[in-house]
Amino acid sequence: MSKKEKLNNEKTKHASSLKRKKLISWLFLLPSLFGVILFFVAPFMVVIYYSLINNPVQKEFVGFDNYINVWNNAAFKQAASNSLVFSLISVPMAVFLSLFLAAIMETRIPFKSYFRSFFLSPLMVPTASVVLIWQVMFHQNGLVNNVTALFGANKIDWLKSDKACIVIVALFLWKNLGYNMILFMAALASIPKDLLEVAALENANKWQVFWLVKARYLSSTIMFVAIMSLISSFKVFREVYLMTGDYPYQTLYILQHFMNNTYASLDYQKLSTAAIIMFIVVTALVYAMYAIENIYGKDIEG
Amino acid sequence: MRVKMQTRVRQRIKRRKMRIDTLKTVIVTVIAVIFAVIFLLPTFLTITNSFMSSSEISANYGSIFATTEKGGKVFISKTVNLKFIPDIVSFTQYFTVLFKSPEYLIKFWNSMIYVVPIVVVQLMIATLASYGFARYTGKLKNAIFFAYIIMMLMPYQVTLVPNFLVSKALGIYGTRWSIWLPGMFSPFAVYLLTKFMRRIPTEVMEAASIDGANEWYIFSRVCLPLCKGGIASIAILVFFDYWNMVEQPLILLPDSEMHPLSVFLSKINSGEISLAFAVAVIYLVPPLLIFLYGEEYLVEGISYQGGIKG
Repeated sequence: MSKKEKLNNEKTKHASSLKRKKLISWLFLLPSLFGVILFFVAPFMVVIYYSLINNPVQKEFVGFDNYINVWNNAAFKQAASNSLVFSLISVPMAVFLSLFLAAIMETRIPFKSYFRSFFLSPLMVPTASVVLIWQVMFHQNGLVNNVTALFGANKIDWLKSDKACIVIVALFLWKNLGYNMILFMAALASIPKDLLEVAALENANKWQVFWLVKARYLSSTIMFVAIMSLISSFKVFREVYLMTGDYPYQTLYILQHFMNNTYASLDYQKLSTAAIIMFIVVTALVYAMYAIENIYGKDIEG
Repeated sequence: MRVKMQTRVRQRIKRRKMRIDTLKTVIVTVIAVIFAVIFLLPTFLTITNSFMSSSEISANYGSIFATTEKGGKVFISKTVNLKFIPDIVSFTQYFTVLFKSPEYLIKFWNSMIYVVPIVVVQLMIATLASYGFARYTGKLKNAIFFAYIIMMLMPYQVTLVPNFLVSKALGIYGTRWSIWLPGMFSPFAVYLLTKFMRRIPTEVMEAASIDGANEWYIFSRVCLPLCKGGIASIAILVFFDYWNMVEQPLILLPDSEMHPLSVFLSKINSGEISLAFAVAVIYLVPPLLIFLYGEEYLVEGISYQGGIKG
C-alpha cells in the first residue's frame, strides 16, 4: 500500500466513524422524539384533521366552516378579546418593570443579594397558596380598598367589577417580574465594559448610554422576556380560576374558560378549531417579535 | 494661593457630588424596599395567618368568605381587619390538617406523586435528547429543534387538546398516566438543556473521542458532570411549574379525588378558612425549601436562558 492510499484509507475511515458518531447522536434523541411525536405531534395532526371535518362519526370534509363558526361564536370572541387585552396590558408592563428592577439592582444599594431573593421569591410560591390572601386584600372591605380610600377613592369589590382585570395584571406582575429581572441582570452584566468606557470618554450622557449602547445589547433579551411573558400571560388562568372559579366576572372570562366549557360538552370540532386558531396567533406573534428584533438588533451581531 | 483656592473648590464639588450620590442611593433603596414589601407581603401574611385560631380568622375575615360561597348570603357589614401578627399563636389547625382530616394530606401526596416522577423522568429524557441535539448538528436536527421551540412556546390552551385526544385514544384519560406522560415528554427541559450543553467547547468532547472514548462514555463522564448546575436549575424550574399545575388536572382528571392540592386548595376556602391557611403553608414548604437551598442554581439557570436563538 502506498503512502497516498494509506492516507486516503484513513480519511474514509475517519469519515465513516464520524458518520457512525452522528448516527449514535440520533440514538440519544430517540426517547424524547418518541414521546413528543406520540403526545404532541401526531395528535396535533388529528387536531388539524378534526378542525376540517363536520364530526368524528361522519367525517365529512367541510373546509373552513368550523373556523367560521368558532370565529362567530360570541363566547369565543369575548374570551379571545379578554385574553388579548390582558396580554397587551401585562406584557409591556412586565418588560418595563422588570427592566426597571434590574436597573435598581445595577446601582449601589445595600443588601443587594437579599433584594434579589425577595424579588424572585414569588416565582416559587404556588398560586393556590396565596389565593386566600389575595382575596382578603382585594375584597370590598379589604386592604387595597382601605389604602385607596385614604386617597378618597370609593370602595369596590375588585373581582366583581370592571377593574377585575387590574387585579389579575397585578398578580401576574407579582409572580413574573423576578424571573424577568434575572434575565435582564444577566444581559446587563454581559455588556462589554470597554464599550461603556468609550461612551463615557465620548461624554455620552446616561440617556444616550442607555438607548445607544445598552438597549442595543438588551434587544435580544427584551424580545426573549416579551415572548416568555406572553407565554406566561396565557397561564394566568390559574390565578383567575383559583380566585373566581368556573364562572368569573365577565371581563375575566378568558380563553381557558372557553376551552374548559368546550371540553365539558365534548365538542371536538370547536375544541380543535379553537386550538388551531390560537396556534396560528401565537406563532404569528412570536414570529413578529423575532422580525422586530432582527431589524433592531442587527448591528450588534456577527 | 490660587492653587489652594482651586483645590478647595474642587473638594467642595467633589463633596457635593458625593452627597448627591448618597441621596440617589437612599432614594433607590427606598424604592427597592417598597418593591420588596409588595413582593413579600402576600407570602408573609399567608404564613402569619396560618397561626391564627379559627375563631380569630372568622372574626377577621368571616365576612369575606361568607360571600364567596355560591349562592351564600351576602354579609359584608363588618370591616375586614387584615392582621399581620396573630393575637395568640395557635397550632390547632396544623394539628387538624396533619392528623385529623386526612383528605388534605391525600391531596398533598397526590401532588408529590405527580410532580416528582415528572421532574425526574423529564430531566432524564431531556439530558439524553439535549446531548443528541448539541453533539452534532445538521439541517434535519435544526428543523426538529425549531419544532421543539414552537411546542415549548405553545400555551396549555393549545397543547392540552392533543394531550386530551391522545389520552382518550390510549385509554389513559382520567388516570395518573394522563398527567405523567405528557409532562415527562415535555420539550421545555430539552430546549433549556440544549442551550446549556452547546456552551461546552467541542474540543473537550473531541479530546475524549480521540482518546477512544465511546459516545456513552463522553455523555456520562464528560458532558454530564459539566452540566450539573444546569440540570439542577432546570429541575427546580420544572418542579415549580408542575407543583403549581391547574390546567391539566381540570381537563384530564374528571375525578376530583385525584386532583393535586394546587387545584383542591381553592375549593376548601369557603368552609374551613383557618385550615385553608395552614394547608396553604404546608403546600408552600417544599418549593420554599428548594428555593432556599437552590437559589444560586436557579439564578444561574435563568441567566443562561438569555436570547432565544442559543
